Amino acid sequence: MSLVLRETALAFRRAPLLSALSVTTIAFSLFVFGLFGLVAVNIQRAIGNVAERVEVVAYLKRGTPLQAVALAAADIEAFPEVESVQHVTEQEALARARRDLREFQDIFQDLETNPLPASLDVRLRPAFRDVQRAAAVAERLAALAIVDDVRYGREWVEKLDRLRNIAGAVGTVVGAAFALVAIIIIGTTIRMAVLHRSREIAIMRLVGATDGFIRRPFLLEGILKGLLGGVLAVGLSYGGYALIDAYLLRASFFTAAQATLGVAAGGFIGLVGSLVSVGRHLRST
Amino acid sequence: MIKFTGVTKEYLKTGAALKQVSFHIARGQFAFLTGHSGAGKTTALRLIYLAERPTAGEVRVSGFSTARAGPREIPRLRRRLGIVFQDFQLLEDRTAEENVAFALEVTGARHTTIRPRVMRVLTQVGLAGKANQYPRELSGGEQQRVAIARARVNDPVVLLADEPTGNLDERATRGIFQLLKDINASGTAVLMATHDLDLVRSMDAHLIELQQGEVVYDSAEDAAGRQPVAP
Ligand SMILES: Nc1ncnc2c1ncn2[C@@H]1O[C@H](COP(=O)(O)OP(=O)(O)O)[C@@H](O)[C@H]1O
Ligand SMILES: [Mg+2]
Repeated sequence: MSLVLRETALAFRRAPLLSALSVTTIAFSLFVFGLFGLVAVNIQRAIGNVAERVEVVAYLKRGTPLQAVALAAADIEAFPEVESVQHVTEQEALARARRDLREFQDIFQDLETNPLPASLDVRLRPAFRDVQRAAAVAERLAALAIVDDVRYGREWVEKLDRLRNIAGAVGTVVGAAFALVAIIIIGTTIRMAVLHRSREIAIMRLVGATDGFIRRPFLLEGILKGLLGGVLAVGLSYGGYALIDAYLLRASFFTAAQATLGVAAGGFIGLVGSLVSVGRHLRST
Repeated sequence: MIKFTGVTKEYLKTGAALKQVSFHIARGQFAFLTGHSGAGKTTALRLIYLAERPTAGEVRVSGFSTARAGPREIPRLRRRLGIVFQDFQLLEDRTAEENVAFALEVTGARHTTIRPRVMRVLTQVGLAGKANQYPRELSGGEQQRVAIARARVNDPVVLLADEPTGNLDERATRGIFQLLKDINASGTAVLMATHDLDLVRSMDAHLIELQQGEVVYDSAEDAAGRQPVAP
């Protein structure tokens, strides 16, 4: 093992320019991919924020005793889809309407009796904020004896669903294209590194090195270059994100897990790129 | 120990480089492979270390056979051979010592045993004092000594040398030739491809002469009455 490490270190030391070039190439390929990733992450988060407003509102029959409401609320909270249940009394509904609907303030001001019903406002867990789940929950709420009517803004949730699907599809296709280009570019730089050392490989073979032995330092080199490129790419992406956040619009950066995944992806691409390049070289000579 | 039986080697572009070549080199022998440029000497050596496969016939080397050896056996065979070239084939960015150690490292030799073995062979070729010099800091003759040390360090059964003196002046040539004879005297077979007839005549060794890919003289079969055709 120490020999492999030594040979790998030697490879960096002997061809510093070429090594720097491949690390930079890997970094920039991953950086472009990272920028795309940032856009994707931010769009996803924006959609997530909007989706937070997905709510199923069950309007209660007039005169439902508070105890019955509390029991029903506890039942509903136990639904797997449900994050939280809030009981809004008739008075609270009126206060909310007065606050939110300024234009109609006069009407609400002059009322003698409160026309607004009490409700249970049900928020769904993040993974369940789509039409099907909302509809399923609404159906179950409608079946309850104390519930008069259920609303969840079907059209609006449907639009949100469609947006999510489009964003997902576009993201997957564009992301795959970017990843493919990154892999090809990275593979090419590693191939250059292999060709650069073809004489050394030939001599190794003459003195009886096995292909596995020849391959190992290249693989380690590929992984290291990939990881290094990945770290640089995350740094560059952070720079890009900071600029956008400061001058263009509020944005968010990758989570630590996503950034780690990016670096790991660099290492993985480096490994696969070397495996392919060295393998092809060894088979062709 | 090296046995060619009816070996033909054809290249796609240039046709037959060897035609029905048969000869045998015994353990511990010193043998010359001579012939003009293009006669097929290099091709014959490349068949021995399995850089090429014969188109027809069989080459047997120390228990390995071109008819049976798979790709995985090639490294095992080469560890039992020492190979020396006209252009030395040293790694420019490694010292003499590192170049020799390289041949041991790739075989997975234990790290602690490498340095003493390397220094021993460097001493044998008279380069102990230049172990830390790079190839560009050595003369041609000295570089070839490093290459010979590298070829020897694995204790090969046979040393293959393809025009080892082809790039050297007369003095260096004599030094390298003497070194090869010393190595042979210690029990290692030597097969040397050369077109230097002065060297060939200076020694009573097994002599095989190729001409346009055919064996035209083999001293081991001299009894048959064939005579060297060399000019
Ligand atoms: N890799 C090759 N591809 C095609 N032809 C080759 C190759 N190597 C050698 N030859 C041909 O084979 C013949 C013998 O070459 P070689 O064995 O190198 O002769 P020598 O070493 O005696 O000078 C020559 O005609 C040469 O052109
Ligand atoms: Mg030749």
